[in-house]
Parts: sequence; C-alpha cells; structure tokens
Amino acid sequence: MSVARLMTAAPIGAALVLAGCDLGPKAVTQTGYRGTGMAQVTDVSDIREEAAIPADPYALPADTGPRAREVYQNVQVLGDLSAERFNHLMAQITQWVAPPEQGCNYCHNPANLASDEVYQKVVARQMIRMTWDVNSQWASHVQATGVTCWTCHRGNGVPQYNWAMMETDDPGSRNNRMGQNQPNANVGYASLPGDPFSLFAQGEYSSRVAGKQIYPAASGNKSVKDAEANYAYMMHLSSSLGVNCTFCHNTQSLGAWNLSRAQRATAYYGIRMVADINDTHITPLTPVFPANRKGPMGDPYKINCMTCHQGLNKPLAGVSMLARAPTLRGPVGAVATAEDVGGAAARAATARQFDAPAAVNTGPAQAPPANSPAAQPATTR
Amino acid sequence: MALLSFERKYRVRGGTLLGGDLFDFWVGPFYVGFFGVTTAFFAALGTALIFYAASQGPTWNPWLISIAPPDLSYGLALAPLLEGGFWQIITICAIGAFSSWALREVEICRKLGMGYHVPVAFGVAIFAYVSLVVIRPIWLGAWGHGFPYGIFSHLDWVSNTGYQYLHFHYNPAHMLAVSFFFTTTLALALHGALVLSAVNPPKNRDGTRGEVKTPEYEDAFFRDTIGYSVGTLGIHRLGLFLALSAGFWSAVCIIISGPLWTRGWPEWWTWWLDLPIWS
Repeated sequence: MSVARLMTAAPIGAALVLAGCDLGPKAVTQTGYRGTGMAQVTDVSDIREEAAIPADPYALPADTGPRAREVYQNVQVLGDLSAERFNHLMAQITQWVAPPEQGCNYCHNPANLASDEVYQKVVARQMIRMTWDVNSQWASHVQATGVTCWTCHRGNGVPQYNWAMMETDDPGSRNNRMGQNQPNANVGYASLPGDPFSLFAQGEYSSRVAGKQIYPAASGNKSVKDAEANYAYMMHLSSSLGVNCTFCHNTQSLGAWNLSRAQRATAYYGIRMVADINDTHITPLTPVFPANRKGPMGDPYKINCMTCHQGLNKPLAGVSMLARAPTLRGPVGAVATAEDVGGAAARAATARQFDAPAAVNTGPAQAPPANSPAAQPATTR
Repeated sequence: MALLSFERKYRVRGGTLLGGDLFDFWVGPFYVGFFGVTTAFFAALGTALIFYAASQGPTWNPWLISIAPPDLSYGLALAPLLEGGFWQIITICAIGAFSSWALREVEICRKLGMGYHVPVAFGVAIFAYVSLVVIRPIWLGAWGHGFPYGIFSHLDWVSNTGYQYLHFHYNPAHMLAVSFFFTTTLALALHGALVLSAVNPPKNRDGTRGEVKTPEYEDAFFRDTIGYSVGTLGIHRLGLFLALSAGFWSAVCIIISGPLWTRGWPEWWTWWLDLPIWS
C-alpha cells in the first residue's frame, strides 16, 4: 500500500473506530473509598435530561365543602375528598395520563361519567389504590418524595416503559434460544436472559444467588443459570438508573451488606416494591385489559425500574410532586418512614465504612451476625 | 562469582547513553551504568516508601496491605502523604525504576552490538503499567483512577473498574488481550514441547542413545501435523508478537474504559446491530 493511500485510509479508519465512542467530557463521582475503583464515570452527553414537569391546570383548591361521594355517583376510592379537590385531581390525571385528543373521555363515558363501562376507568381506580400503596407502604424505596401518576405516565395512556412476559421458543426446536443470546435493550444488550422480569419483577422469587457456604448444596444454593438471570436483572437496574454496578455494590463481595452503599438498600426495597405492585395491582387487572394492552403471553404490561426511573437514579431528578396532589399520599396521611433491619443495618454499616475507610481495603467482607435479620435479607419481604 | 571464560571479551567499554565512563563498570556479574544507579535509587526509595506507608496503615498482613491513590477530588494535584501522596511518590519511583531498567538494557544491547528487542519488549510492559496509573488517570482528570498498591486491594480495583462498564468481557480490546494471552501460552507450550522432543529422542533398539534431531525434523513434524511450520526463527517472531500483543491490548482495553466509553460494554456492540446493511 502506498503512503498516500495509507494517509487516506488511516483517518477514515480512525474515524470509523472512534465513531462508536463517548468522546465528550465526563462527569465523575467517587462512590467508595479511594483506590477501590468505585466510581461513576459518565459521558455528559449520555446523562438523560429530565423532561419538564407540566404546570397544574389550576391552583390546588382547599379540601373543604361537600365530599365527592355526596356530589357524584359511584365514587369508590376518592369519596372522602372534597368535590373541589376531586375535580382538581381529575384535571391532573387528564393532563398526566389521558391523550389530549380524548381528555376526560379516555376513561369516562361522556353521557354518564359515573359509569364503569370504559375499562380505563376501572384501571385508573386501581392505579389510585396502587399509588397510595407505593407512597404509604413503600417509603423504604420512594422515601418522602413519593410518586404520582406523572412519575410513570408522563402524558401517556400506557407508561412508555413496561414489560410483559417474553414469547418463548418452541422447547423442542433446535432454534430454541432459551430466552437469551439475543441483544436486548432490557439487559443492556448482553447475551443474558432477555426477560428477567418474569422471575424478579413479580412473585416472591429471591434474587440472591451468592451461596452462604463454600460448598454446593442441594438446597439453598442457586445455579449459574440463576446467577445469569440475576445478572440480567441487574443490567436492567443499571440501565434504568443510568449508573454502573458500583453505584450500589463494592464488587469485592456483591452480596455483603457491610461493603455495599446505602443505595443498595434502597434498590433492595425497590425490587420488592416492583414485584408487590405488579402482583397486587396490575396482574389482577388481567381480565379488565383488552388484548392490545397485553403482551404476547396474555399478561398485562407491568412496571419495572425503567417505568419510573427512565435513566435517572432519582426519577424526575428527585422532584416530589406530592404537594400538588396531596390526595395521592394515601389514606395514612403523612408518609411513613418504613425501615426494617436490613436497610438499617446496611445504612449503619455504610456509615461505619465511611468512618473507617481503610478497613474497606484491608479486611475481608464480614457476614452480619447470624441472628441479625440482615443475614437473610432475601427471605423476608 | 566466577567469570565465564568467554564473557570477558564482551565486557567492552562504551555504548553508554548517559554518564560516559563514570558508571561504566560491573559489580560481580552485573553491569552498572548510570541507569543501574538510578534503578537502584528508585527501587530502594519506592520499596522503603511502601514499607513506611504500610507502617502507617492498619495491618501488616501482606495480603491486606494497601497503599491507595488519592480521592478523585484531588484531581491531578498532589495529595497529602497519608491520603494518597505516598501512592503518588511510589508511582514516580516505580516508573523511574522500570524506565531505568529498560535503558540499562539498551546500554547492554549497545555494548554487545545487539538489536533492542528485549528493552522494546520490556517497554510494552512498562506501557501497560503507565497506562493504568498515568495515561488513563490523566485522561479522566484524577490520579484517584489509578489502582492501589496491595495484593487484594488491586484485585478489588480490577473487579470494581470492570463492573463500572457492567460486563467487561464485552470490551473488544479485552477480548483481543485475553485471546493473545491464551495464544501465547499455547505457542510457548508447543515450542517448548517441540524443542524438547527433538533433543530427547528415544533410545535405539540396541539400547544406545538416539540421535538428536535437527530443526528440519521439527519443521517436518508440524508440516505433517498441520501442513505448515512457522520455522525455527519464525516461532520466536511469533512468540514475541503474541506476548507483546497481549500486553498491548490489555493496556488498550483499560485506557478506552472511561476515556472513550462510559456505558456498559455490551451496549458498545450496538454499532453492529445498527449497520445500515440490515438495520
């Protein structure tokens, strides 16, 4: 090859190689003791920008005057609200969820607003119960920030990010890919199982795969295949939150709470919250949803981490919208600070770690005491 | 140590890069030279600092001693000694010692009238180290991205830094490096086995020693086996290429992680899915 040809080919080759790169400035955050390699390195252009939260249709009225159940018919969950507050919430839901061209009619029969004949209205009623549950029962995950309809829906009738069970190949076929080895954005394009949600985002299947002893055991230990499904779900968590594994874990021991960051406890409850919400509020609506609101296996579209987070480690960049829709806090009033021992232990251990940082690099991971509930976090919910 | 009979005639004056005749002498079997002195200086100072820094740490357990780089917040500035400053000085000593050793090899090559293959090969190893503690940290803007000096702790760093990119086995340069490492061991094993098989023939039928076989037999063995022999000189070219490639692509795989790619490595391969041929 002549020099001239090389001089032409080299820049083209270099351009092709660099085209697939993150060349911009990087945002860097240290997440562990120095030298542990725990850091978030993110190309600034990759950081998801939060879409603007729409302003309320009108100011929040006082919760006074006649109750909604006195003014309207068939008000099953919001009857204790004042009619003024009730109407305000309806206007918000229209803005947050309903397609603009349909407005109120997305859920209501305009001739009879009290009727339950439009399936969306039945779903919406369950979704209000769900929002109450999230804000009152799962403060361990959503803290005092809480969620509203906007957190997931963002102006869409069906939240943009959802999941349903993946269609599986014929088990007798040589082309059966066992649900993996296909690049799937849900699991960061790895060859890992593409539907970890059926395992972990519903039901009570424990995601813990680290063994509790050094030998394989007939019961209690999980297989490599289990670990791959777990890894797939973790890829989903990372992609959904726009973070890498060291946002929660010190990979010296992925399972050791005393090496993990406090964020891991938050994620631990998030995983269980997602499964609880899907099991309690969405899967029971299966008979209500029409076929076009169900996946290929006939189950409704359900939530996962991406549904709320959408690429940010705090959905909506941590902005709480509860003050403009106080009804959605739930029937308990103030948000409970749910905290069980697993989370508290993780937080205390993390605090200790930062008080004595050198210990991170100089001691093996210590298991929590056997009598501590944190020793078996995956078995309790 | 006794001098080998033929060694004296190679102990010629000159060929030094620095210092002229000043350090152009031997101590026992070892050539000294200016770079021998700097090697000794940096190695002794660096080792002493490692021991002193370890004495300020919580443990003498050799597996757990760790001298960590500064917090990322120090950026590319100097840090207090106990908060990463020792790591910074030890890094300077290490690079000084490694580079001095390579240049000492160069001087010996010049004395002997040989090519520079050995110092060049060692230079690739130095490059791999420098890429970890200098090139990538500078590119990312903080010395804290370097790895800590400790047996277990540097393994934690490797693990965590890999998990920064979700699944490091999808890093294309890591793939190349791993392949070259394995191929290097394969080539060395085949080469070693072939040479030993040629010089250790079985006994003749009458019990006398078999005849040591020439390289033509070695070539014939691989031509019979796989249709091709790379040859007696070629195997050494190949071995050097494989080994240096392993180190080189190892360095590349970590330099690009962060400075040139910040997402999970599996996602990098979407360029393939996005090729206009089928997308």
